[in-house]
Amino acid sequence: MSKKLLIPLGVFVVLCAFLLVGLWRDPREVPSPLIGKPAPSFVLAQLHEPAKTLGTADLKGQVWLLNVWASWCVSCREEHPLLVELGKAKVVPIVGLNYKDESVAGKRWLTQNGDPYNVSVVDRDGRVGIDWGVYGVPETFVVDKAGMIRYKQIGPITAEALEKKILPLIRELQKS
Amino acid sequence: MIPEIGQFALILALLLAAIQGTLPLVGAGKRIPAWMALARPVAQGQFLFVLVAFACLAYAFVNSDFSVLNVATNSNSQLPLQYRFAATWGSHEGSMLLWVFMLGAWTVAVALKSRHLPDEMVARVLGVMGLVAFGFLLFLLLTSNPFDRLFPPAADGRDLNPLLQDPGMVFHPPLLYMGYVGFSVAFAFAIAALIGGRLDATWARWSRPWTTLAWSFLTGGIMLGSWWAYYELGWGGWWFWDPVENASFMPWLIGTALIHSLAVTEKRGTFKAWTVLLAICAFSLSLLGTFLVRSGVLTSVHAFATDPRRGVFILAFLALVIGGSLVLFATRAPKVGGGGRFEAVSRETFLLANNVLLIAAAGSVLLGTLYPLFLDALNLGKISVGPPYFDTVFVPLMTPLVFLMGVGPLARWKEAKLPDLWQRLKWALAVSLVTALLLPFAAGSWKPLVSFGLLLAAWIVTTTFVNVRERSRGVRGGIVAQLARQPRSYWGMIVAHLGIAVFIVGVTMVKGYETERDVRMSVGDKVTVGGYTLRFDGTTEATGPNYRAARGAFEVSRDGQHVTTQFPEKRVYNAGGMPMTEAAIRSTPLGDLYVSLGEPVDGGAWSVRVYHKPFITWIWGGCLLMALGGLLALSDRRYRVAMQREASAAGGATARS
Repeated sequence: MSKKLLIPLGVFVVLCAFLLVGLWRDPREVPSPLIGKPAPSFVLAQLHEPAKTLGTADLKGQVWLLNVWASWCVSCREEHPLLVELGKAKVVPIVGLNYKDESVAGKRWLTQNGDPYNVSVVDRDGRVGIDWGVYGVPETFVVDKAGMIRYKQIGPITAEALEKKILPLIRELQKS
Repeated sequence: MIPEIGQFALILALLLAAIQGTLPLVGAGKRIPAWMALARPVAQGQFLFVLVAFACLAYAFVNSDFSVLNVATNSNSQLPLQYRFAATWGSHEGSMLLWVFMLGAWTVAVALKSRHLPDEMVARVLGVMGLVAFGFLLFLLLTSNPFDRLFPPAADGRDLNPLLQDPGMVFHPPLLYMGYVGFSVAFAFAIAALIGGRLDATWARWSRPWTTLAWSFLTGGIMLGSWWAYYELGWGGWWFWDPVENASFMPWLIGTALIHSLAVTEKRGTFKAWTVLLAICAFSLSLLGTFLVRSGVLTSVHAFATDPRRGVFILAFLALVIGGSLVLFATRAPKVGGGGRFEAVSRETFLLANNVLLIAAAGSVLLGTLYPLFLDALNLGKISVGPPYFDTVFVPLMTPLVFLMGVGPLARWKEAKLPDLWQRLKWALAVSLVTALLLPFAAGSWKPLVSFGLLLAAWIVTTTFVNVRERSRGVRGGIVAQLARQPRSYWGMIVAHLGIAVFIVGVTMVKGYETERDVRMSVGDKVTVGGYTLRFDGTTEATGPNYRAARGAFEVSRDGQHVTTQFPEKRVYNAGGMPMTEAAIRSTPLGDLYVSLGEPVDGGAWSVRVYHKPFITWIWGGCLLMALGGLLALSDRRYRVAMQREASAAGGATARS
C-alpha cells in the first residue's frame, strides 16, 4: 500500500475530530458585551394590569431573572415547563419581557401554558429588547443585587444549563 | 392508526435494508448465486415499505392529524392543501424520510436498469446502497421518528414556517435531495468496483449516466433554492455563502469534477484511482452536508433545532461510511493500476487541471464553511466567514477553469500541439477580447470587472463556436444536417458549457450595474432606479387563506410612459404571528425591477427597498441550461440503445418464464 493513498483518510480523520468537538459547542453562544455591565433600565406597563408599571429600579437589591418571551415564539414552548417549575419553587423572582407581541395573545398563551412570571411587562415595539441586545427569543438574563447583568442564556433554557449554570449562580449571588 | 402503519412500515424497511446490505455482499464474495439474487427483490421491497411510510406521513399532514407531533409542529389547519402536502418534508424528520425515500427510488431504478450488468456487480452495488439506507432508517427510528404521537392532541398546529410556504419550496428539497442522494449510485458503483477489484472502463461506462443524472438534479435543486432566496427573503440576493448553501455546492463541484473524470476513465482508461476517489468524495460531501445541516454545528439562516444525539449519530455514521470507503480505497486502489499514458499537453492534462481546480474550489468552500468551527474547537474565538472570503478565493480559481473550458474540448487526446491550438483559437481569443472591451460601453459605463467577466463568457461562446464548426466540417450535407449528425452527448456538453457563459453574464451584470435604493416613502413619493420611476400609491389591507397583509401599490413608469403596477406585500401569518415580506418583481430578460416593503414608519409612510437587477434571470437561466445539458447527454443514442436492449432482454425473460 502506498502512503499517498492514505492521505484522504488522514484528512478525513482530522475533519471528524473537529466535527466531534464542534458538536458539543453551541455556535449561537456569542459572548454578550453586556455581561458585567449594569442592566439597561426600563419602566414598562405590566401585561396583566396595563395601568401599573414595573421598572428596573423596583427590582434593585435582589437577584432576578429577565426572560424574554412571546406567544409567537416556538422555542419558548420548549423552555416554558422549566420556567414554570422554577416559578413554583420561588427561588428567584422572574420578570417576563413580552417581546413584540399582542397583549391578548400573550395573556392567552400564559393561561394555556402556565404563568411562571412574578410580573410580565410589555415591550410592544421591542425598544427595550434593543437596549438589552436581544436578537432572538427566548433569551434569559440573570441580574444581581447591584443591578449588574451576570449571565445571559441565548435560546431556550435547558435543564442542564439551569442545573449547572443558572441556579448555582443565583445561589451564589443571593449569598453575597 | 395510519401513523402506526407508517411506523411499522419503517421498521420493516429497516429489516429489509439489513438483509439488502449483507447477504448480497457476502454472496458476491463467496459466489452464492441465491444470495446475490436476493439483492433486487429485497431492494424493491425495502423501497415499497419506505413508500408506504412516506404516504402515511403525507396522509397525516394532508388530513391535519395533530395527534402526530411532527404534524402539530409543522402544519396548521388553515394551511392550503399544496403546502400541507409539502410540509411533509418541511420538518427535520420529514426531510430525512424524504432522503431515505429518494435513496430507495434510486436503488430501485438501479435494480431495474441493470440487467446487462454482471450479477456480482449488481449484488454489490445494491448491497452498498442497502447499507446506506440501513444507516439512515436507523437514524430515523432512533432519533427522528416522524410518527411520534402527541398526547393530548394539539387543537391546531404551529404552522409551517411561512418562509417555506412557497411554490419554490415545494420543489426545491425533492430536487436537491434527488441530486444529493443520486451520488450514492456513483458511490456504490465505486465501492463495488473496489471490492471486486474490477476498476476498468466498463465500470466508468456504467456509473456515468447515473452520475450525470444526479448532477442534473442537483444543479436544478441548487438553482431553485437560489431563486427562492431571491424572491422570498426580500433582500434581493441570490447566493449568500450560507453553510447550508455551501453544503449543497460542495458536492456539486466534486460532482462536476467526477463527470469529467469519468469521461476520461471511460474513453482513455486513465485516472482510475482518481475517479474512484472523486465518486467517494462526492457522496461523502453529500453526507457531510446532511450532517452540517442536521446537527446544528454551524449557524445559518436555515435554523434547525439542535439535538446533539442526532449529531453524534450522523457523525458516527459518517465516520463509518466515509472512513470505511477510504480505508478500502487505500488498500485496494493500487491493484487497479494507472492506465494509458499521455503527454504534458493533451486533453487528459487539461481535464486533470480542471479536476484539480474544481477540487481546490470545493476545498476552499469547505474550509470557509468549517473555519469558524475549527477556531472555536481550538478555543481561538468566535468568528464568522462571509462572502468577502468566498468571493476573493473563488474568482481566481474559476478564471483558469473557464480558460480550460475553452481549450480542453478542442485538444486531442493523448497528445496535443500548442502551436496547433493557438492557430485554431487565436480568432476566438481576438473576438472575445474585442467584445469584452466594447460591450461594457453599450451597457452604460466601462468597468474593469465587468469587462473581465464578459471576457470569460465571450471566451466560452467563441471557443464553443469554433468547436461546433470544426466538428461539423467533416460531415456531408447542409449545415443543419452536419449539426444533426453529432451525438446528443456532444450537444449536452455544448449546452452545459454555454450555460456557464450565460451564468457568468448574469453574475457580471448584476455585480456591475445593479442599483439598490432603501428609501422612506409616503403616498405620492417617487424614486428612480435603473431608468424606471416608481410612485408609491399607498397600501391596502388584503387577506389570504392563512394570513393578513398590507399590500403596497407602486406605479412604474419609464420616460413618462406607464409600464406596470407592482404590488409587494407585508404578510402576517395567523398561526405564528411572524411577519413576512413578499417582494413584487417585474422580470424581463434584460433585468428585474424588485420592490419590497420594509417596515411601516410614522404617518402612513413605509421604508421601501427598490432594486434594479440587470440580467439577473440569466443566472438561473444558465443553471437551467447546465441541467438541460446533462439531461441531453443522457438522451444520447448509446444509452437509448442500451435501454432498448434492456427492454428486449426483459421481454425475452418474461416470455421464457
